Amino acid sequence: MKKYLLLVSMLLVAFLAFAGPLKVAFLYVGPVGDDGWTYSQNLGRLYVQNYFGDKIQTTYIESVSMTDTVNVLQTLAQSGYKVIYTTSFDYMEQTAQVAKLFPDIIFENCSGYLTSQNMSSYFGRIYEPEFLTGLVGGAMTKTNKIGYVAAFPTPEVVRGINAFALGVQMVNPHATVQVVWVNDWYNPPAEKEAALSLMGAGCDVIKSETDSPAPLQAAASKDVYCIGYNTDQSSYAPKTFLIASVFDWGIYYKNDIQNVLDGTWKPQNFWGGLDTGVVGLTPMSNLVPDQVQKLVNAIEEAMKDHTFNPFAGPIYDRSGKLMVPAGQSVSDQDLLSMNWFVKGVIGNIPK
Amino acid sequence: MNQDIITSTLSGALRSGTPLLFATLGEILAERSGVLNLGLEGMMLMGAFTGFSVSYITGNLWLAVMAAILVGGLMASLHAFMSITLRVNQVVSGLALVFLGEGLSGFWGHGFVGMQAESFNNIKIPFLGDIPYVGTIVFDRDILVYIGYIAVPVIWWFLYKTTAGMNLRAVGESPDAADARGINVVLTRYIYTIIGGFFSGLAGAYISLAYTPMWVQDMTAGRGWIAVALVIFAIWDPVIALIGAYAFGGISVLQFSFQIIQVPIPVNIMNMFPYLFTIFVMLFASSNKIKKRFGAPSALGIPYSREEKT
Repeated sequence: MKKYLLLVSMLLVAFLAFAGPLKVAFLYVGPVGDDGWTYSQNLGRLYVQNYFGDKIQTTYIESVSMTDTVNVLQTLAQSGYKVIYTTSFDYMEQTAQVAKLFPDIIFENCSGYLTSQNMSSYFGRIYEPEFLTGLVGGAMTKTNKIGYVAAFPTPEVVRGINAFALGVQMVNPHATVQVVWVNDWYNPPAEKEAALSLMGAGCDVIKSETDSPAPLQAAASKDVYCIGYNTDQSSYAPKTFLIASVFDWGIYYKNDIQNVLDGTWKPQNFWGGLDTGVVGLTPMSNLVPDQVQKLVNAIEEAMKDHTFNPFAGPIYDRSGKLMVPAGQSVSDQDLLSMNWFVKGVIGNIPK
Repeated sequence: MNQDIITSTLSGALRSGTPLLFATLGEILAERSGVLNLGLEGMMLMGAFTGFSVSYITGNLWLAVMAAILVGGLMASLHAFMSITLRVNQVVSGLALVFLGEGLSGFWGHGFVGMQAESFNNIKIPFLGDIPYVGTIVFDRDILVYIGYIAVPVIWWFLYKTTAGMNLRAVGESPDAADARGINVVLTRYIYTIIGGFFSGLAGAYISLAYTPMWVQDMTAGRGWIAVALVIFAIWDPVIALIGAYAFGGISVLQFSFQIIQVPIPVNIMNMFPYLFTIFVMLFASSNKIKKRFGAPSALGIPYSREEKT
């Protein structure tokens, strides 16, 4: 009798779970309309919704503050959402906390590192395309000063700056990368002022890492070359935009949700590079000379084949100290906690 | 090179101070009439969104600015109705305005993200614009910055030199006495609360049509709140508001210049300065002697009701 009951209830659960579409929720740290990080996440959501059609049903909650995270996650979990993506490092701890309470629901945190039996973390090795944009920046600067508009001094951002600077130095050892911290992921007027200050100090290529297109717009207003981040924001600087490194979250979400639908999902710590398609480049501007374009393409292919590592030694820090000897490269663990600048970067990492 | 940094910092101070100046001037007028409107951020966002969308659809910048101003006024009239006619708590009503503005501009603005619209270009004033340094900093700006220059003396003159300005101040200082003298307190408060909204709408339009010509959600990023602090900093005076707005704007730019020339002041400390200054001014303005001359309008935030007075 008991066995029979169990079977029926299991069937019922299975029916409930598979009868309707798989419900998938996304938590966003900013507004969908930021035209940057959250915008690119939402593109990924729209892509999978379109790809899977009525097999899945997606929703999103934007601008979720850290203090609201636990409540929002619990509400989603209790409303039948089976897969929940929290798309900011800010949500990592709370996601892990709620994941423990709902072992049947899959939680995934973007750009964090915690995993458990029902929680994955996922991120893109954006430093790989960042290195490639550095090649372009280094080749295009005439004053040998490149301005970098950066958000917060987190290891992720420091890693991106270093990869970019290593790319710059590879083609132009005389060029420097001047870093300015905005201390905000998203503050369009401040991002613009940061870019304008850098141009005022003689930088003739602006690299943005913050979320809004304002730095590119600032560069365009002074006819200065610019390099973007997150999404293709070339329309904000049609005459001076060179290239941008971009995320394509749709590819990750597609594979991941397919695994859930197939019942083959397993927790993982996914950190995908150029070879996975999660990170990549926008088309290069015609302003970039042919041989530079060829170099970028060649190194991009080499990174995809894992025959080229941007963080291979020798690498020196700002003071000239050898940090990574020739023949070695920075380990993933060291990349994830990076808190020093490579040679060629000007600026401080606030403690 | 350092000269370039100084020029670009000063020029940035005016740029980043202009939206603060507009919002502050408007709020000074509203508060002078006794109505505290904390909804600047919401009105600015609606102004920014309206300005951008109208510019995108019609291609007419002046129409866009006018629409932004009107929408700012419309939002303020809501606050006026709540706080003057219904006499609800002005802080609550103002905060509601912030959320309303954030929500509506975000909701309606979705389709405009990533679009390009007409925007204001710099206009160099002949002769004055050719003065070394000063010319490029002060006289080679977009027209809205010039409007800011003009608005300050006009409002100062209005406040202190005209009968209407005196009536406005009377309503904010002592509505009973003003009423007894035959000034329509309710109407006066309505008018200046709405004019305050006009200025916030203009401040928003400046951000989306001149400062960072685009529409992205929440693009004012807290500038409405800085303006609220600036009103206190300015002790409700338009001329000090001008100095304050450009100084606050300057600090937000200086933090980047300091990083470039490697001045070792932590950014977090720099960002604190505007608020620190405001507290100092409040301490300074709290002494009675100064309070008489400047200080907050006595009836600020207190709803007026003739019946309750006996």
